[in-house]
Amino acid sequence: MPITNNKLTFSEYQENFSDIHPPFETVEGASVEANRCLFCYDAPCMKSCPTSIDVPKFIKQITTDNIKGSAHTIFSANIMGGGCSKVCPVEKLCEGACVYNLLEEKPISIARLQRYSTDQAIEQKWQLFKRKPFTGKKVAVVGAGPAGLSCAHVLSREGVDITVYEKEQKGGGLMTYGIAAYKVTPEFCEEEVDYITSLGGIEILYGRELGKDISLVELQNQYDAVFLAIGVGLTRELGIKGEKLEGVEDAISFIYNLRTNPYNNIQVGDKVVVIGMGMTAIDAATQAKRLGAKEVTLVYRRTQDEMPCTEAELNIAKLDGCKIIWLAAPKKILGKHGKVSGLMCDVMQLGAPDTSGRRSPESTGETFTLEVDMIIKATGQLPFEKLVSYNELQNRNGKITIDENGITNWAKVFAGGDCVNGGKEVVDAVQAGKDAAKGILNLIMKTD
Amino acid sequence: MADISSNFLGIKSPNPYWLASAPPTDKKINVLRAFEAGWGGVVWKTLGTQVKNVSSRYSAVDYHGSRVMGFNNIELISDRPLHINLREIREVLKEFPDRAMIVSLMADNSRESWQELIKQVEDTGAHGLELNFGCPHGMTERGMGAAVGQDPEIARMVVEWVMEAATIPVITKLTPNVHSVVPAGKACVEAGTNALSLINTIQSVTGVDLDTLVPNPNVAGKSAFGGYCGPAVKPIALKMLTTIAQNPITRQVPVSGIGGISTWKDAVEFMLLGASNVQVCTAAMKHGFRIIEDLCEGLNNWMDEKGFSTLDDFIGKSVPTLTNWEDLDINYHIVANINQDKCIHCGLCYIACEDTSHQSINLAYGKPYNTYSIKEEECVGCNLCKLVCPVEDCITMVEQRKGPEYLNWKEYQRLGLPLNDH
Ligand SMILES: Cc1cc2nc3c(=O)[nH]c(=O)nc-3n(C[C@H](O)[C@H](O)[C@H](O)COP(=O)(O)OP(=O)(O)OC[C@H]3O[C@@H](n4cnc5c(N)ncnc54)[C@H](O)[C@@H]3O)c2cc1C
Ligand SMILES: Cc1cc2nc3c(=O)[nH]c(=O)nc-3n(C[C@H](O)[C@H](O)[C@H](O)COP(=O)(O)O)c2cc1C
Repeated sequence: MPITNNKLTFSEYQENFSDIHPPFETVEGASVEANRCLFCYDAPCMKSCPTSIDVPKFIKQITTDNIKGSAHTIFSANIMGGGCSKVCPVEKLCEGACVYNLLEEKPISIARLQRYSTDQAIEQKWQLFKRKPFTGKKVAVVGAGPAGLSCAHVLSREGVDITVYEKEQKGGGLMTYGIAAYKVTPEFCEEEVDYITSLGGIEILYGRELGKDISLVELQNQYDAVFLAIGVGLTRELGIKGEKLEGVEDAISFIYNLRTNPYNNIQVGDKVVVIGMGMTAIDAATQAKRLGAKEVTLVYRRTQDEMPCTEAELNIAKLDGCKIIWLAAPKKILGKHGKVSGLMCDVMQLGAPDTSGRRSPESTGETFTLEVDMIIKATGQLPFEKLVSYNELQNRNGKITIDENGITNWAKVFAGGDCVNGGKEVVDAVQAGKDAAKGILNLIMKTD
Repeated sequence: MADISSNFLGIKSPNPYWLASAPPTDKKINVLRAFEAGWGGVVWKTLGTQVKNVSSRYSAVDYHGSRVMGFNNIELISDRPLHINLREIREVLKEFPDRAMIVSLMADNSRESWQELIKQVEDTGAHGLELNFGCPHGMTERGMGAAVGQDPEIARMVVEWVMEAATIPVITKLTPNVHSVVPAGKACVEAGTNALSLINTIQSVTGVDLDTLVPNPNVAGKSAFGGYCGPAVKPIALKMLTTIAQNPITRQVPVSGIGGISTWKDAVEFMLLGASNVQVCTAAMKHGFRIIEDLCEGLNNWMDEKGFSTLDDFIGKSVPTLTNWEDLDINYHIVANINQDKCIHCGLCYIACEDTSHQSINLAYGKPYNTYSIKEEECVGCNLCKLVCPVEDCITMVEQRKGPEYLNWKEYQRLGLPLNDH
């Protein structure tokens, strides 16, 4: 069974990758939902948003036909409020905290309402912010992902000029290269980046990689401050036999390819196994299925109680027809003629809780083998440890360490987002960018 | 099953719901549909001299995503020829003899015009007449409608002319566009009207279009003051009704209650405050005649639950409970109580009390859910928190009397008790 591309027709691809959370089609739809909002005080939804978007306020503004004001409320807390409305795991954030849950009623569709306002702002290119006069200060940002762009936007608003160094050819970071295609389109990601930079004062230099095209010392010397927002890299190795066989892929590269090429160019097996049960694993599995894989199986060494993905995400995979094998740990990848042909797994059981409080899986000694032609590894992304340690940045397993002001062990060099937290959500990265901007402003605007 | 049939001045109808004089009652086709749907009676759209209407006649006030909380019109009395109206009234009466047929009238301002009109209408076999002293627009400029109802002496005179000629019951419909409806009501009763009805519409401007900057309804770039009705006016109508139900002269005649009635509950409230039956316009214009089903069923079920077997068992029952402020018991004291099991932590009670009332609610920070509790010693029992709370019976007001005995304001002053406790 060869791994091939072009398994489906054009319209099948289109359907499989269409928007999973469709927007409100009409003013009425948005208005009915917005009017359902109770306009809570010190609202639980707002407190559950890492960027503290004033949710009741922006929803109220939809009811008063003040969509510009609504978009401004969102963007002033989260400049990626548009993207977040499509990709945030809201069931564990704002919508999960909505007081309607306590009445056993459907929570307010906060994400859809947020999308309603931000879509209009981005489509119609509303200029909702004005830069303060140029302060004479210049800051370098490394990485045009959510953390970098959020930081850049806050700083530019305050009259700081920003240069963003980005190794890829497009901005948005994992928003553009990592997140499932049925959540955001490449066009949207590009528009969002353009919308953010349309403020002025933000120049993105594409194809410029820190450590290759430019060094940290140079940046430190040329700018008043530097913000590192380089995210994290590929999935960690499994460290088992057969990992180099053809047909064993890293989830991040698999998704990267999928997000940067036409769907009919992406090779996918007939019998695919995805290893892991995080958000990336779910995305890899569902998208492999949507590309035409006949059978997709997720294998995870623990049980549903310990899985890192949310229930909502698990349900997407289940609805897509992905199979799940709990308590199965990959032991050995089998091959034929240099190509993957099977995956042998240990059958696990749960033992005592580990340091993270989760019960550690232990082998029962039994094994089973799955016949496969493609294996996608999604067992957690690894930080850019080489780059970090080469630059002698203080770190924990490659995750850059920062102090309470967001600063690293290098003077004037700040860091935030996935490269610090090891990989969370877009909304966390946006907040990290805001926090860093605050630290940077405190430093560079100090009048002494 | 309770008996919800109604007898108003001897005019019988299977239920106490009449359609008010307005577009729903302006021609045979509507009225037949209304009777088929089950309405107890109609007050036929006001007849008088031939008029001409403009196009673009209605506007509304929406609230919190709900349409037509208040409704406004700049229509005149019937714009159809009198003889057609009279013929159709006769035809409807033949088809539905068991339903009340009242005809609304607004004649030119002379004895002859009124008496001539009455004669023609009585010829149809209609059961009663309603004098329209209330239309706030278009007609007043011609010395009719509200212009008559606003001046008790003119109203008295017109009612006297009418009573000289009328042989069927006469209801006089009052305008609310006065500081009190009692003077005109009294004059009409003294002049012999058999009943009163209220309210007609309240003069209004429902809003201004923020693109064209023209108030609505927009008639070729201009607008005119209209008449306001619908749910928004109900509290005003209830107050006016109560003043009529309490005045020793006006309370001698039955009253037909009108203004913002949309549900059986509204209707019951009107009747509790003295209306013998009720009339409905806006609710029917918004939803059609089918609302009559729940109006009747809801009323019936409520009466069964309360043990009322006829409408007369409860008509006017709440009138004596509306008293003067200075007769209220100052020793009565209530404080709010939040049921923590029901609380959904929305904070609406807190912010209302903290910003605009008596700072009597305590906020204990929590992420994401705060806990709110009442500072009983600060609470004046204003009800605000309970009113804004979105959860039924989550906030209740608990009685904590200041003293066992009834003590009103006059007594309070006489005893020289301390005034300021804050
Ligand atoms: C498969 C997958 C699915 C996900 N799904 C979701 C989701 O549905 N919802 C959600 O909220 N989050 C999701 N996430 C997480 C989210 O994408 C990240 O948390 C977020 O993008 C982190 O932002 P960041 O700016 O810190 O890093 P990134 O988005 O990774 O951005 C880092 C940027 O730095 C650039 N860069 C890296 N190294 C260098 C260098 N040396 N020189 C110059 N530039 C460099 C990169 O090209 C990139 O543009 C997902 C992640 C993955 C992997
Ligand atoms: C469009 C329209 C036309 C009306 N025309 C008359 C009328 O001709 N004669 C009259 O006495 N009242 C007229 N009214 C007033 C109603 O009969 C009624 O008194 C008023 O609308 C309040 O009741 P509601 O709140 O149920 O609508 C009219 C009301 C509306 C909305």
